[in-house]
Amino acid sequence: MSDGHAVRAEGLEKRYGDKRALDGFDLAVREGTVHGLLGPNGAGKTTAVRILSTLIRLDGGRAEVAGLDVARQAREVRARIGLTGQYAAVDEVLTGRQNLEMFGRLFHLGGGRARARAVELLEQFDLTDAADRGVGKYSGGMRRRLDLAASMILAPAVLFLDEPTTGLDPRSRGEVWDSVRALVASGTTVLLTTQYLEEADKLASRITVIDRGRAIADDTPDGLKNLVGGDRIEVVVAERADIPRAVKVVARVCEGEPEADEDASRVHAPVTDRVAALTEVARTLQDEGVAVEDIGLRRPSLDDVFLRLTGHRTDRTGTPEKEAVAA
Amino acid sequence: MSALDPTTAPAAEHGRLYWLLADCGNIVRRGLTHYQRQPVNIAWQLGFPILSVLLYGYVFGSAMTVPGGGDYRDFLMPGMFVMTMAFGFINTATVVVHDSTKGVIDRFRSMPMASSAVVAGRGVTDLVVACAELAIMMLTALAMGWRPDGGWGFLAAFGLLLWLRFALIWIGVWLGLLVPNPEAAGGLFAVAFPLTMISSIFVAPQLMPDWLGWVAAWNPISSTAAAARELFGTPVGGGGSWVERHALLMAGVWPVILTAVFLPLAVRRFQRLSR
Repeated sequence: MSDGHAVRAEGLEKRYGDKRALDGFDLAVREGTVHGLLGPNGAGKTTAVRILSTLIRLDGGRAEVAGLDVARQAREVRARIGLTGQYAAVDEVLTGRQNLEMFGRLFHLGGGRARARAVELLEQFDLTDAADRGVGKYSGGMRRRLDLAASMILAPAVLFLDEPTTGLDPRSRGEVWDSVRALVASGTTVLLTTQYLEEADKLASRITVIDRGRAIADDTPDGLKNLVGGDRIEVVVAERADIPRAVKVVARVCEGEPEADEDASRVHAPVTDRVAALTEVARTLQDEGVAVEDIGLRRPSLDDVFLRLTGHRTDRTGTPEKEAVAA
Repeated sequence: MSALDPTTAPAAEHGRLYWLLADCGNIVRRGLTHYQRQPVNIAWQLGFPILSVLLYGYVFGSAMTVPGGGDYRDFLMPGMFVMTMAFGFINTATVVVHDSTKGVIDRFRSMPMASSAVVAGRGVTDLVVACAELAIMMLTALAMGWRPDGGWGFLAAFGLLLWLRFALIWIGVWLGLLVPNPEAAGGLFAVAFPLTMISSIFVAPQLMPDWLGWVAAWNPISSTAAAARELFGTPVGGGGSWVERHALLMAGVWPVILTAVFLPLAVRRFQRLSR
């Protein structure tokens, strides 16, 4: 791909009856990066991934993956992508090794290379000890790692991860994140869909926010946070009576207008020069004899971003926990 | 990280047909490995027909009559073989519904393999397993004193039984893509059981009430059962209706009709996955 994009989609449309799952969706993913696709349930994330990974046909627009048209060159695209969907799509009866060897042969590696590749991947994803156990006995995290390994058999140019940690416990989630970072270090481009804002923030260097089938923002995690007003300094004073003095100090140091929250004994204000402002405020408060309980910088969360962009919160209560956490 | 050196597919050195067959072979290998890892499954699949042989052969057997004479157990055995084949579509449906709900079919479809191999491989696996099931059922029958005529008739009967199983693959694939979850596939047994009862498997249709006997005689599996009895040289218990007099012909034709109806339905259902 000449312009350095591993994935490029323009005006994607997908309709199911009257419902527009994708309604002019645009996406550009730079080679060698993790790109987050963030949005609530039903926003169109999975539909976008299924189109880009050639599983479903698009109704309008065009998309290229690894420089190939997903509609006209589906077979060529398939030789260059890996896909890990919302379920760990591995055979539960076979062992981990048998799974990887089967997928390797189906990727047309031939028996010998499929076996060798299975050994490498089991090692890489820390599954060697469990290699000859049935996948049915794996924990949720192990299954997901095996799933990732199967997606990596051809060392694909582009890896699609559709909510890879949904339903996993925090430890397994960390394991999956480590695997993803290792893959990117080795040159794979990753498109990651998630409804966990923390996950997009941790892994992705760029994030597209999707809502109702359209991209409503595309920026770096920091850029998105700046959209809602950037960092703030927060001071919690020990004595509520000190609030007016603290407000004065903060106002002197920071350029933005401070706000006071009487109930929480808290004063906060927007800052640009983060660390300088923090040290200056801390020192001045000490000089003035104001007792401080807590002082710090707060970066806006992506939840704040989402609320700002869409006017509604991400609805995490509706998260489908279809998968068992650990067997 | 040498493990991540780009490993490109060597697909170019062979043609499409080669890879279709190779992919199909790998899906078959997977299916057979399942039985190797869970041999108890084949016991479950055979459990019901073998239990039926024992129940009907020994518990009800003495109260059963075969029109035109003959031993009831000799009459029953080919019916049991047909029932084993007939229940096979539940296994097909169960595997397919598991693969489609757990994302395995999606994984196959996102790979550069021939997607038709997913279904074709399933079919070949089921036929191989059906051969094994028939062999076990026949050994059981022989052990119980069943004595068929050998030779070509025997092979032809075996072939007709597999022919029926082949046609039922497509019903299985279609249902597997149709039902929402594996639990629902388990419920198919409740549908399959009466369908096998209202046939000539256990009782000759002419002994049933007229209307029911008519339905039973026209049940596709009745034709296979009657044809197998004829070819094995065991009592046929056949009635005088057209379909019963032409059992051999219809045992060949019914699976063609079933395939003609359900293969396109299964293919359409599979293609709908891309919608």
